[in-house]
Amino acid sequence: FRSRSDDSEDTELRFVTCQSLWNQIKSETEQIQEDLNKQLLDNLVSFLSRSHSEFQAKTTEWTCRMKFREIPTAALVLGVNVTDHDLTFRGLSDVLQDNITPFIALLEAKDCAGIKNLMQKLMGQLMNCDVDVDSLEDEDCVQVSQNRIRCSMSSLISWYESVTKKTDSETPSKKRNSFSRHWQSPPVVVIFKDMESFTTKVLQDFIVISSQHIHELPLVLIFGIATSPMIIHRLLPHSVSSLLCIELFQSLSCKEHLSTIIDKLLLTSRFPFKLGEKVLQVLINIFLYHDFSVQNFIKGFQLCIVEHFYSQPLSVLCCQLVDVKKRVYSLSHDQCENIRRLPSFRRYVEKQEAGKQVALLTNDSFLKEEAEKLLEDLHVYHENYVSILRCLHVFTSSLPKYPLGKQIRELHCACLENRVWETEEYESSLQLARMLNKTDLVTMLQQCVEILRSSSGKEFDKTVEKLKEFLTQFQNLEAEASQERDVSVSSQKELQKKTDLYHLQKTLLELKESRRSKKLTKFEMLRFEVVDYIDSLVRKYLVPADDRTLHEIVYFNAATVLRGHLNAAPRTALHTALNNPHWYLKNQALKCDGGGISNKAPDICIVYKLHLECGRLINLVDWLEAFSTVVMAAEEPNADAASSDQVDDIIHARFIRAISEMELLGFIKPSKQKTDHVARLTWGGC
Amino acid sequence: MPNLEHPAYPAADLLHLESLVPCRESQVSMLLSIFGERQQFSFPSIFIYGHTSSGKTYVMQTLLTTLQLPHVFVNCVEYFTSRLLLEEILIQLQSSSSDKEQTCPVHCDTLNDFVRLFKQAVASQELQDQTLYIVLDRAEQLREMEANILPAFLRLQELTDRNVTVVLLSEIVWELFRPNVGCFEPFTMYFPDYSIGHLQKILSQNHPPEYSADFYSAYINILLGVFYMVCRDLKELRHLAALNFAKYCEPVVRGEANERDTRKLWKNIEPHLKKAMQTVYLREISSSQWERLQHDGGEPGQLKGLSAHTHVELPYYSKFLLIAAYLASYNPVRTDKRFFLKHHGKIRKTNFMKKHEKTSNHLLGPKPFPLDRLLAILYSIVDNRVAPTANIFSQITSLVTLQLLSMVGQNDQLDGPRYKCTVSLDFIRAVAR
Repeated sequence: FRSRSDDSEDTELRFVTCQSLWNQIKSETEQIQEDLNKQLLDNLVSFLSRSHSEFQAKTTEWTCRMKFREIPTAALVLGVNVTDHDLTFRGLSDVLQDNITPFIALLEAKDCAGIKNLMQKLMGQLMNCDVDVDSLEDEDCVQVSQNRIRCSMSSLISWYESVTKKTDSETPSKKRNSFSRHWQSPPVVVIFKDMESFTTKVLQDFIVISSQHIHELPLVLIFGIATSPMIIHRLLPHSVSSLLCIELFQSLSCKEHLSTIIDKLLLTSRFPFKLGEKVLQVLINIFLYHDFSVQNFIKGFQLCIVEHFYSQPLSVLCCQLVDVKKRVYSLSHDQCENIRRLPSFRRYVEKQEAGKQVALLTNDSFLKEEAEKLLEDLHVYHENYVSILRCLHVFTSSLPKYPLGKQIRELHCACLENRVWETEEYESSLQLARMLNKTDLVTMLQQCVEILRSSSGKEFDKTVEKLKEFLTQFQNLEAEASQERDVSVSSQKELQKKTDLYHLQKTLLELKESRRSKKLTKFEMLRFEVVDYIDSLVRKYLVPADDRTLHEIVYFNAATVLRGHLNAAPRTALHTALNNPHWYLKNQALKCDGGGISNKAPDICIVYKLHLECGRLINLVDWLEAFSTVVMAAEEPNADAASSDQVDDIIHARFIRAISEMELLGFIKPSKQKTDHVARLTWGGC
Repeated sequence: MPNLEHPAYPAADLLHLESLVPCRESQVSMLLSIFGERQQFSFPSIFIYGHTSSGKTYVMQTLLTTLQLPHVFVNCVEYFTSRLLLEEILIQLQSSSSDKEQTCPVHCDTLNDFVRLFKQAVASQELQDQTLYIVLDRAEQLREMEANILPAFLRLQELTDRNVTVVLLSEIVWELFRPNVGCFEPFTMYFPDYSIGHLQKILSQNHPPEYSADFYSAYINILLGVFYMVCRDLKELRHLAALNFAKYCEPVVRGEANERDTRKLWKNIEPHLKKAMQTVYLREISSSQWERLQHDGGEPGQLKGLSAHTHVELPYYSKFLLIAAYLASYNPVRTDKRFFLKHHGKIRKTNFMKKHEKTSNHLLGPKPFPLDRLLAILYSIVDNRVAPTANIFSQITSLVTLQLLSMVGQNDQLDGPRYKCTVSLDFIRAVAR
């Protein structure tokens, strides 16, 4: 922060604010994740405690004798977002450590190339975790290091026996908290983090071995599965999978996870920092199109925060409302100038009358007062925005075909982008809303009332009143509806009475009239009213943030910067570097115009440009010829053609070096098809 | 029925042995005659093979323990390296004879050491007068260890000059073991599969104490009727029998039928067993879940099996990448131009040929394709422009780790890696939806 911005822009304060904000958000997301995983973890814990209860009881019943012991196995389907799994597993092992057993081993496929490595890793982890628990016994460590030489199941079993025996003999007066929570013989949990990547043989061998010792060692396996549980059957033959007692656990889908994160982080007025529409779109696109990783989403969010506080000097005002006043008044003159330079503020100034304009532009203290007021407005706007957005979402999410999107995040994006009521989708969704049936409408209104009531905004009392009024009107309608039916029946009866042709025609006409007018029954009228009222709410509160004054302070909108950071494009970058070295080297001499090949460029750039013009096989001699022509082009004025013989050696060397650099970068490779040719490995100029 | 007779062993032991190994009397008597008396030298190595759960391990173990012959029993899968295997044998030898805790860590890296230490161990235990049996279960693993292990075990008697017999147990025939340099030929012996009658007899032997043997054997009869077609594995059958017996007894417990009412019981249990065959046997749902279901009396339909969850959620571009990979794997290269280019040439009328090709392509399995082709197809099947960002490339790698694609010939990373698509048509259909 310090490095580029001068001190007048409150760098220190900005840095501190950024830090504290991020810490808040981080703890919030961790809390959310914990809550989301709770269900899954609880299920797993109960499974684990159940699975080894049989081992505890050591039942000698007939059925238990007859069944061969299967290894209890939990198949944990976690979805394809592999980057998020680490967090889940960490949470899982923490929970298990607290509740079930201290013996947990986390295995990854990359460490377990063979059964030997697997056993080594397993024993290392198990015995280390034991040392953590019993940190008192020093002689135990020595024993462990001796044991490690023999990595076999039998030594593992003897270790397990010694450990459990030791805990048995331990007196309760020792107050060993960690063990009092566990059972007498806690199970050994082995977690295979990425089931897919394990080789079949290793898994099979391990399962066969451990199934033979299940009586001595209460083992529980947990398979982390990214794709589908079918993978178990694909990896393991029936003879092996019949040794397992598999139960399936499914984690929450990552899309739901993301929705909750967005809901809790973005659609709330708790955090002063906001994402602009484009930025949010970039983040969501990366999530949906590329990785499904919530972790990456949060990392992107973090990047946005850092970038915002770094690049926007006024972000010092992006803090909780209580601090705003103090900070506004301590702004320096430069910062005031910064405020005046904001486009949204300029627009605001232009709308004011002349005297105020002058005051705003010249008087710092007046500006500060005004800015504080505006910021407060902005805060109130956010509060209202979120509640009304939720109400609108209640309406739109139940419409057929979801013209405004199924998820609230889509609606949020639409509202941020521009005036939502000017879009076609909004128009069509209102049309659809006008055709809702009564029960749906009533439940929606009730939901809206709930949302508005729970929101902190003060302006909604009237709105709630109004909505409640609608609800009572709907209830009244029900009573009236029965009466109406009577009326229509009586008119029908009248029709049957009259037989006169003229009268008949007349009554028919009347009936027709009444039907046409009846098309708008009271219910329909009311429905229109409700929809219009919602529409008015939307127009009032869901103004896009870009229209608000001083939105630049809290909104981060630099989508291109973010995209540049998150969507790395190695091929494109390499191409630009070689094709247009000025882009990276910032050397004026290299600035070239279009297609020409400058001879001042680095050799490799010249070689690269020349090779772009060639086909799949490139003749080295021709290439060298072209290279020397380009290089010589500049030297021709001062050096005559006779000296070309002497220069050729140097050029040749430069050429060869450039070629080998190209080969290193993977653009070409020597070809065996033709002598003196190299094959091109890229196609069509990227 | 051939009664077991051998002069060297007491008749009571033999009778007990006979009751423990039903339907294997002939094999046991054969083994006994090979073993001879305790102090007699036996055949140096015996190779026993037979299908899964034909009682090889069980018979050997009961034979050796009932007759109290000195033996060492080692599973070669468990001791996966030669060092572990040899050390384990020595440890068992030490601990079997001397009760006192003198099991100092044995270090034995080579067979030479093994022979030396083995001689010491045998000498210290006054076993010279008795034949020592070393049983190597799952002996097929020996082939994957060092080349000298298997031949050495086969002639261990000769190498150590002690009274020792090595018994190899395996599921595959001896011909697949024989090293190409030649070795000592062991005495081979075959354990045939149990017939349905044998299975019936063995399964009925362990009846629960609360019910009579007849009742249980009737149940076993029904069970075998359902499962014999798909499963002849004794262990598995016994497991299934134990799982479903509670359900079979239900009418009796409720008092609706007595133990002789076989027909009624059959009607009660048969659909249940069929369901079990589709679920528990295939490990679609676990046996503990099955037991809980029985207990609650719920329908198995509520519990979805493992294969019910086939749907995999993938990010947008991963889906397209996978589809592109599938297309690249199963379409020949020369059709690419026609399928993926906007202005392709006329389609020649080789419909008949094409149809023939299409069927065979799926039978032939996926073909490898280079990365560039995958990307080219991706660009043509995705509507909007796709930037070749690092994200796309990392998705390809993550698809490989998920085993949806597999990499072929990883030797040359620079030279354009080649991939194969490993998913089925059904999966792709589900993804493409």
